[in-house]
Amino acid sequence: MSQDLELSLYVFVLATFLGFELIRRVSPLLHTPLMSLTNAISAIAVVGSILVAGEQKSVLSTVLGTLAVTCSMINIVGGYLITYRMLRMFRKSGKERS
Amino acid sequence: MIEPVIPLLYLAAAASFVLALKWLSSVTTARRGVVIGVLGMALAVCGTLLKPEIVSYRWIAVAFVLGSVIGVPMAMMPMTAVPQRTALSHAFGALAAALVGTAEYYLQTPHIDRFTMSALALEVLLGFLTFTASLMAFGKLQEILPTRPITYRNQNVVNVALLGVAVAAGVYLAVRPETAWLFPIFAALALVFGVLLIIPIGGADMPTVISLLNSYAGLSAAAMGFVLNNKLLIIAGALDGSSGLILSVIMCRAMNRSFTNVLFGAFGQVQPAVAGGAEEKTVRSASAEDAADILRAANLVIVVPGYGMAVAQAQHKVRELYDILTKARVEVKFAIHPVAGRMPGHMNVLLAEADIPYDKLMEMEMVNSEFPQADVALVIGANDVTNPAARHDRDSPIYGMPILDVDKARTIMVIKRSMNPGFAGIENELYYMDRTLMVFGDAKAVVGSIVKELAGSGMH
Repeated sequence: MSQDLELSLYVFVLATFLGFELIRRVSPLLHTPLMSLTNAISAIAVVGSILVAGEQKSVLSTVLGTLAVTCSMINIVGGYLITYRMLRMFRKSGKERS
Repeated sequence: MIEPVIPLLYLAAAASFVLALKWLSSVTTARRGVVIGVLGMALAVCGTLLKPEIVSYRWIAVAFVLGSVIGVPMAMMPMTAVPQRTALSHAFGALAAALVGTAEYYLQTPHIDRFTMSALALEVLLGFLTFTASLMAFGKLQEILPTRPITYRNQNVVNVALLGVAVAAGVYLAVRPETAWLFPIFAALALVFGVLLIIPIGGADMPTVISLLNSYAGLSAAAMGFVLNNKLLIIAGALDGSSGLILSVIMCRAMNRSFTNVLFGAFGQVQPAVAGGAEEKTVRSASAEDAADILRAANLVIVVPGYGMAVAQAQHKVRELYDILTKARVEVKFAIHPVAGRMPGHMNVLLAEADIPYDKLMEMEMVNSEFPQADVALVIGANDVTNPAARHDRDSPIYGMPILDVDKARTIMVIKRSMNPGFAGIENELYYMDRTLMVFGDAKAVVGSIVKELAGSGMH
């Protein structure tokens, strides 16, 4: 096993545990915004998509990359925006929406 | 010159995502969480655009514009459509990962090492199967496809066999990446498996399935991180993967079912009519006027909303009812079952949209102790999650499922279209109790007339 791979596996396992700890604390009240936020975060695939689209190594990879950037961008823009919209709706009694 | 900065940008992006999820844990800090999440994504995108490997920005710019043009309307959908929208965005996320994997395969073979190829195969498998599965889930939620589970003989055998063949193809590709003819077949198998996976799943199981697809989309992004040796992708993917997994476990627990049972159990099939039910059972039905009289005299009313409320778009009328009762010093609370609706937290978002304060929305564990003190439990469009059979009837398909103790309230009022059993086809014995009043009709119309009755009697 290369050192790089070993490190990557450590990162993956630790991030998974961190994820469990963080998500466990999220109130069920916010489970829908949670899912749309994590969905926007998983649009981090945009990083790989941009590389494939921008390297222009072959026609096929450029086409696939461009499609992938489009898909990721839909989720980034749509995901963060709708999460924010949802969260703005939650208000405590006796208080106006802010 | 700028290159050494890029890993630092990625590191800051990863930290931002962690903070985003941390701050999402409570309503007061949640919006800050979204802002830092956006910041993290901006850092990640900028860092990537600075990479020297990128020779042209033309197509990236086109894709940015196109994605934003489609993304904005998708964020403006009404809250009732959030489950569909979420399914659709899982499809986009998974497709992006699968397409990048496909492109990388054709760029890197045959000079690809086995480990990278294994990660790539996993990325493509999860990506493509999540893509079609999410589209199918979208179709079912949008009711383009039939929402009842579709089953046929040996369905599970077919599904497991197909997955087995797909995994075998992936393993073969990992060992011999140069077998280029196998790659399209592998991708096609993943796409078909995604479709078959969702066919037997009914609408009531959607909360679990959507969470699971959320997890898969994240894991395929993490697998991409292994392919590209990018730690940021691994971290963000792992966070998403664990989040989806936790949510699906919570959903399964709330239905007292296992993962395998949700995926392969085809819950919600039409149950053969139980012969013992032949004896005529009577229900007491009531008019909106009767309902208004009872509500007027109550001190504590607990509203139990379900998917039926969303279907009837009754949440705004429910808000009017909440307003008029609150003004008359009747305490109103809402009891939210974890699997009410079509995705985790669905009811909370709908009621928040209707401007009901979130401190009135109570989780099952907290609200169950309050039902015995409640004068009225008002069930609007919820069914199985209120069925007392889950507590005592060992033969019931929902036996053992945690339910809202609606039957312990002094009076139970159920707003329902007709006596048709609910989605799972299970009779609800709650409806036949002496203290239960059935108010038949469309939820929106019935709640509307109750509000009118209350207002007409000078209760405001």
